[in-house]
Amino acid sequence: MSDSDVTASQMGLCVCHGCGGLSELLPGIHEMRCRRCGAALHLRKPNSIARTWAYLIAAYIMYVPANVLPIMHTGSMFGAQSDTIMSGVAYLWHSGSWHLALVVFIASVLVPLVKMLCLTLLLISVQRGWTERALERTKLYRILEFIGPWSMLDVYVVTILVALVQLKSLATIQPGPAAAAFGAVVVLTMFAAMAFDPRLLWEPKEAHHV
Amino acid sequence: MYEGSRGTVLEDIPTAVAVSKRRKSPQLIWLVPIVAALIGGWLAVKTILDKGPTITITFKTAEGLEAGKTKVKYKNIDIGEVKSVGFTPDLQQVVVTAELKKGVAPHLVEDARFWIVKPRVAGGQVSGIGTLFSGSYIEMDRGKSSTRREDFEGLEVQPMVTGDMQGRQFILKGKDLGSHDIGTPVMYRRIQVGKVAVNELNQDGSGVTLKIFVESPYDKFVNPNTRFWDVSGIDITADASGVKVNTEGLMAILLGGVAFEAPAGSGTLPEADPDTVFPLYPNRGAAMKQPDREALLFTMYFDESLRGLTVGSPIEANSVNIGEVKDIKVEYSDLRGKFLFPVDVALYPGRLRAMMRQGIADPTPAEQKARLDTLIASGLRAQLKTGSLLTGQMYISMDFFPKAAPAKIDWTKTPPVFPTEPGALVELQATLMNISKKIESMPLDRIGEDLRTTLQSLNRTLMGAEQAVKRMDKDVAPAAKAALEDARRTLNTVDKTLASDAPLQQDLRTSLRELTRATQSLRQLTELLERQPESLIQGKKETKR
Repeated sequence: MSDSDVTASQMGLCVCHGCGGLSELLPGIHEMRCRRCGAALHLRKPNSIARTWAYLIAAYIMYVPANVLPIMHTGSMFGAQSDTIMSGVAYLWHSGSWHLALVVFIASVLVPLVKMLCLTLLLISVQRGWTERALERTKLYRILEFIGPWSMLDVYVVTILVALVQLKSLATIQPGPAAAAFGAVVVLTMFAAMAFDPRLLWEPKEAHHV
Repeated sequence: MYEGSRGTVLEDIPTAVAVSKRRKSPQLIWLVPIVAALIGGWLAVKTILDKGPTITITFKTAEGLEAGKTKVKYKNIDIGEVKSVGFTPDLQQVVVTAELKKGVAPHLVEDARFWIVKPRVAGGQVSGIGTLFSGSYIEMDRGKSSTRREDFEGLEVQPMVTGDMQGRQFILKGKDLGSHDIGTPVMYRRIQVGKVAVNELNQDGSGVTLKIFVESPYDKFVNPNTRFWDVSGIDITADASGVKVNTEGLMAILLGGVAFEAPAGSGTLPEADPDTVFPLYPNRGAAMKQPDREALLFTMYFDESLRGLTVGSPIEANSVNIGEVKDIKVEYSDLRGKFLFPVDVALYPGRLRAMMRQGIADPTPAEQKARLDTLIASGLRAQLKTGSLLTGQMYISMDFFPKAAPAKIDWTKTPPVFPTEPGALVELQATLMNISKKIESMPLDRIGEDLRTTLQSLNRTLMGAEQAVKRMDKDVAPAAKAALEDARRTLNTVDKTLASDAPLQQDLRTSLRELTRATQSLRQLTELLERQPESLIQGKKETKR
């Protein structure tokens, strides 16, 4: 792509999100509606940066209990114990299943963290008005959107175990507080990714009016 | 103006509808991180508040302990977990860091105790079997002190007595441990009322100290006069009074134990305070013996063998034990030119006095001497007697021998010499000697000669008898044989005559048949005559139809 590409906003036009109809923008007015379906018209997702930041910060906050608190309480005849995600990884690693440990570590610890860091990077780049590597940053955003749901793996495992292993006196597994926090992290990062408007990545290059 | 790619003219594009400017809404989206922060903060505060105290316990070894796995339990309920296991800087001991639950904090006091629970067999009970499957755990016993503490020294052995047990602890001092392992039972009237809690060697090695725990409500039976004794296994004593086998139930045979009992008459004493020190006696007899306050020492010289008499052998007066042998020595008497075996004895007149029906005042030494002299004058002597034929044990008996040669106590010697009388065994020997002498003086030779002549004549008689029998054999036997043969022949003839096909039999049968027929004819004739008597004259009539 080159700088000569034209955007709708440069032409004073806006596509309605509701019906797809093209409207001509009225200069000087910020709040407009589609003539055809009456949906609000925005050139960009409204408050995109603020909303993304809000979700992202919430996700960062929840990431701490998700990793510190126990995610699972296992009780058996011979004693009870609670495991955090990292202790589970450590256990798998020491017991020889390093590949499983790797999977759990990547899916449960690394992916959410990288996702949040990447989103932070994108947000900062937008706010700082970086112009370089807009294309790469857009691709990064697409990857983020794609892998979003996969980091729920851990929550799936816990919920399945909880449902399956209920042998009452022999063994029980119960979700710990970290399971909820972890779920919150995943959901919040997905919201953050949705709230982010990738078009903002291209904006510093354009004469942006809106 | 521009042209779209598909040729749409821009004039066709409708303009947007302006919306009247709304009030700028507060950015509600920031509630999300605020809520997240609140939840996170709440979780953090809760975690910190729930976090119990962290303590360190030192052990000799960390056998069975695993960081992050091993639990700390109180009454079998999890109250914490071992966080890490390390060494003391000098590598002498193991330091276990454990995180306990919040509620336990007030009980972490000076005398709280921790130990590692392992499977163990003690005091007839098996405990800690569960740890075979679940691994060891650290058990806590709460203390009674109020001083808080966070570093503890772990016990190497599981204490037998925990803080929540009601009862009292007493200290026993004994000579040796016997079989008092920790946990062996303490018996009162053969009921198990407690356990041995601690056994240790005295600091100076002079004996052992046992700490026993008597459970409530049995602890009230322990008063300051209570005697404790060892009931390890089977107590077999063989002494002058025979063989005694004492046991305290099967449990005690297998495990040993300590028994206690208050001597009769001390029931009204107050209960003993905890940690009172008592002596531990080797057996019940020793324990229940009255302490002897005064002892009269004497020496006795016996002429007979002292085999069977040992230090500790009893001295009895009328089968009441009034003293014991203290020592047996050897001395050489120039005067008599032989070895003497003086026996040192102790008499406890207090024992006799204790048995008096009415109380008697303690006599002064002078009175005592006078009394003893009187007794000797009326024949009191010491005599060796066999207590048990089975074991050969001897004892010294104090008896009156009115016919004994007069004697006196030699008060000049130290200890004074007590007069003795030859023992019953010596008398027995004399009697046996008498008997053998009498046997010796019997005319055994002449009796033997008479017996021989008698036997010779008997022999002759028997030989005559034998000849007579032989003669009979020679003369009588052939004749008898011939007679028997004749008899057999006669019998054969008879047999033949009587056989079923013999002519005699045949004839007899024919005759009988003829006779039957004759009888029938006779009956017909008789009947005819009855009906027609006239036929006798007229002849038989023809029957008419």
